[in-house]
Amino acid sequence: MSAGWFALGPVGVALAVSFAAAVVAAVVGVFTVLRGQAFAGHALGDISGAGGAAALLFGIRPLAGFVAMALGGAAAMALAGGRRIAERDLASGVVLGAGLGLAALFLYLDATMSGAGGAASTVMFGSMFAIPPGMVLPAALCAVAALAAMAALARPLALIAVDPDLAASRGVRVRLVGFAHLAVLALAVGLAAMSVGAVLATALLIGPAAAGLRAARTLPGAVALAAAIGVGASWGGIGLAYESYGWSLGWGGRHGWPVSFFVVALVVAAHAGAGLAARMRG
Amino acid sequence: MFAAFMLDTWAAGLIVAITAGVVGWFVVLRGASFAAHVLPLGTFPGAAAAVLLGIAPSAGVAGFGLAGVVAIWALGRRGRPEVATALTLVMLLATGALLLSWTDRYAAQVYALLFGQVLGVSRASLGGMALAGAGAVALALAGFRPLLLGAIAPDLAAARGARPAAWEFGFLAAIALAAAVAVPVVGALLTFALMVGPASCGRAVSARPAVALAASVAIALALMAGSIALSYLTNWPVGCFAGLGGAGCYALGRALL
Amino acid sequence: MSGAALALEGVAVGHAGRAVLSGVGFSLAPGSFAGLIGPNGSGKTTLLRSILGLVPLLGGRVAIGGRGQVGYVPQSIALDRFMPIRARDVIALGLDGHRPGIPLPSRRRRAQVDEMIDAVGAAGFADRRVGDLSGGQQQRVMIAHALIRRPDVLLLDEPLASLDLRSVAEVVALLAGLAREEKVAVLMSAHDMNPLLPAMDRIVYVAEGRAVAGTVAEVVRGAVLSALYGAHIDVLRVHGRVLVVAAGGAPHGHAHDHAHDHAHDHSHDHDEDAMHVVRIP
Repeated sequence: MSAGWFALGPVGVALAVSFAAAVVAAVVGVFTVLRGQAFAGHALGDISGAGGAAALLFGIRPLAGFVAMALGGAAAMALAGGRRIAERDLASGVVLGAGLGLAALFLYLDATMSGAGGAASTVMFGSMFAIPPGMVLPAALCAVAALAAMAALARPLALIAVDPDLAASRGVRVRLVGFAHLAVLALAVGLAAMSVGAVLATALLIGPAAAGLRAARTLPGAVALAAAIGVGASWGGIGLAYESYGWSLGWGGRHGWPVSFFVVALVVAAHAGAGLAARMRG
Repeated sequence: MFAAFMLDTWAAGLIVAITAGVVGWFVVLRGASFAAHVLPLGTFPGAAAAVLLGIAPSAGVAGFGLAGVVAIWALGRRGRPEVATALTLVMLLATGALLLSWTDRYAAQVYALLFGQVLGVSRASLGGMALAGAGAVALALAGFRPLLLGAIAPDLAAARGARPAAWEFGFLAAIALAAAVAVPVVGALLTFALMVGPASCGRAVSARPAVALAASVAIALALMAGSIALSYLTNWPVGCFAGLGGAGCYALGRALL
Repeated sequence: MSGAALALEGVAVGHAGRAVLSGVGFSLAPGSFAGLIGPNGSGKTTLLRSILGLVPLLGGRVAIGGRGQVGYVPQSIALDRFMPIRARDVIALGLDGHRPGIPLPSRRRRAQVDEMIDAVGAAGFADRRVGDLSGGQQQRVMIAHALIRRPDVLLLDEPLASLDLRSVAEVVALLAGLAREEKVAVLMSAHDMNPLLPAMDRIVYVAEGRAVAGTVAEVVRGAVLSALYGAHIDVLRVHGRVLVVAAGGAPHGHAHDHAHDHAHDHSHDHDEDAMHVVRIP
C-alpha cells in the first residue's frame, strides 16, 4: 500500500491529495458556514497563496508554505477579530489585504529572481497534475490532524454557532475554541489551496458545506453529505479535466481544461441541487 | 516621479482614492468586506474574456462586474449572503481560469491585473475612469440615508419603506464601479484593501458620519499617493503597498478607538 | 371600531403559508399602552412584522388610524461601538431615513431632533456613538427614532429583552408617559408581563396559535387562559407579581420548551422571570 503511494502517477497523486483536501475542507467548512465565517475561510485561502509564493522563492515545500502562512493569518485574525460578524469580517479583510500584499511581493520576487513567470497563475489557480508524489504523505498527515482536531471541536463549535453567550454560559471558552477553529481552518485551506489553488480553495470549503447544510436534516448528515460532495466534485473534476485533453473545444486547441473549472462547476451544481432538494421536501 | 508619463498615474490615483474612500466607508459601515473583496476579484476574468473575444477590456470587466453584482444580490436573498458571495466568486474565477487556459496572449498580464501596476493606465482611459468613479460616488451618496438605516437594523429600513433590497443592489453596483476604476491601478486582489483600510481608520477620527467619511477619503488619498510613490521607487507592485498600508490604517484606527 | 389607532380583525400570520397565529382581533385607542405577551416562538414578532407590512397577512385585516403612520423599534441594533453614527444621527434618520441623498443641515430638522432627544431623556449621550451606549440608552434612542415622525402607532419588539432591572422600569415608564402625551398607541411585545403591569391598560396574550385581548383584569384569569392554552391554568398573584401556572405539567410540553428557548435569548439572568408558565410537579 505505502509503496503504491510513491509509485502513483500524476493523476493518482491528484486523486489522493484532492481526496484529503476535499474531506477536510468539507468537514471544517460545515462549521465555518454555520458560524458565518465564510469570508475568514476564503481569506485564509488567499493568504496561504502568499505562503505558496514564498515557498517558491525560498525553495521550501509548498505545503509547508501554504499552511504556515494560513496559520499566521489565522492568528492575526483571532487577535484582531471582534464579536459581531461585520467587525470580524472587516478584521479578516484587513488581514487578507496584508497577506495579499505579501503575496504580491513574493510573486514579484519569484518572477524577477527565479524567472518563474507563471507562478501567479499556479499559486492562485492551482495545478493539480503538477503535485509531486512526495506530497501525498504530508497531505494525508495534515488531513488526519485536521479531522482529529475537528472531532474534538465539533460540539463546542456547534454550541457557539447557535449562540456564543449560551456557549459561554455552559463553560465553553469561546475565544479559545474560535482560535482553534481558525487554526484548523487554516490547515484545511492550506490543503485545498494545494489542489485547486489559493483562490479557489473557497469552492471546496464553502460550496459542499453549504449544500450539505441545505439538504441534510442533522449536523452529522450535513458533514457526511458535504464530504461526499467535496470528494465527488474533486474526483469528477480531475476525471473531466483528464478527459478534456482529448476535446477539441475552445480556442487553445488541445490544451486540456483546468481542473479548477470543473471542480467549481460540480460544486456549484451540487449546491443548486441541494437547494432544489430542500425546496421539494418543503 | 513627477515626469510627464507619471502624470496620468497620479491623476488615476486621485480618482481611485476618492472613489475607494467614499465607497469604502459604506463597505465598512455595512460590514460588506467580503463583497468588496469579491467584486473586484471577480471582474478580473472579465479582462481575460475580453482579450479572448477581442473586445475592449473595459467591456469585459463591466460584464463580469454586473454578473457578480446580480449573482451576489439574487443568491443572497435566497440564502446566507456570505455563502452567496463565496459561490459567486468561485464561479467567476473558475470561468476566468478556463478562459486563461485558452489563451497565451494574456498570461503576462495576469500578474499585473491581480496585483496592480503603477503604469496601468493610459491617458485615454482617464475619462472613463473619472466617469465610473463619479457614478460610484453618486450612487453611494444617494443611498447615504437608506444604507445607514439598513446598517442600524435591516428591518428598520423596510419598515420605513426605504426599499432596502433596491438600495442593496445599488450599493453592490457602486462597489463594482469602484472596482472597475481601481483594478487597473491597484490590482484585482488588493482593491478592497484600499476601500476598507482607510475607512476603518476614518471611523476612528470622528463619531460624526460626514466627518468620518471625509477622513476616510483623505486617508485613502494619502495611502494611494504613498503606494504609487513607493511602487515607483522600488518597482514592486502597487497592491503590495496598498494591502500592507491598509492593514496599518486599520491597526491605527483600532488603536484610536 | 372608529377612532382606533390600531385595529386587527381576524388576523392570521405565519411563514410560507403556514399560520403560527390566527383569529387575532383587538383594537387600541390613541394613547393606550398595550403589552403583547406570550412565550418565545408564539408568533409575537411575526405579528408585529405583519402589522408593519414586512410579512404578508395570511388572512384578516389590519387598520391603522389617523395618518396611517407606524413607528417601529426592532429588538436590537446591528451597530458596534466602532461605527461612526451618533445617537443624534439615528434619531434624525427617523425623520428622513428613507430619502435618497445626504441630509443638508437644516435648523428645523435640528430642532425636531433636539426636541425628541429631550422627550426620551437622551440629552446626556446624544453625541456619542450609538454602538457605545448601554442597552437602556439604545432603547431610548430607538424610541426617539420611531416617534420623531409622530406616528399613530408605535410597535416595539421585546424592548426589555436585554435590559437590567432598573432600565426595564425606566423604559416602561417612559413609554407609558409618551403614549399619553403623544397620543400614540403603543404595542410592545414581551415574554414576561410583570414589568408592564403598572403601566399597561390593554393586554394581548398569545399562546397555542391564538390570542385573547382585553384589560389585564379581563384576560389574566385562570378561566380565560385555560381556554387559550386548552389546559388547566392557574393565575397566582404573589408579592405583586403574576405567575401563570399550568398544573400537572404544562400543555404540550410548553413550559419546558419555553424555558429552553429562552436560554437562547440574550438574557440568561432573567430565566426565572421568563417562565411565566410554571410547571408544578
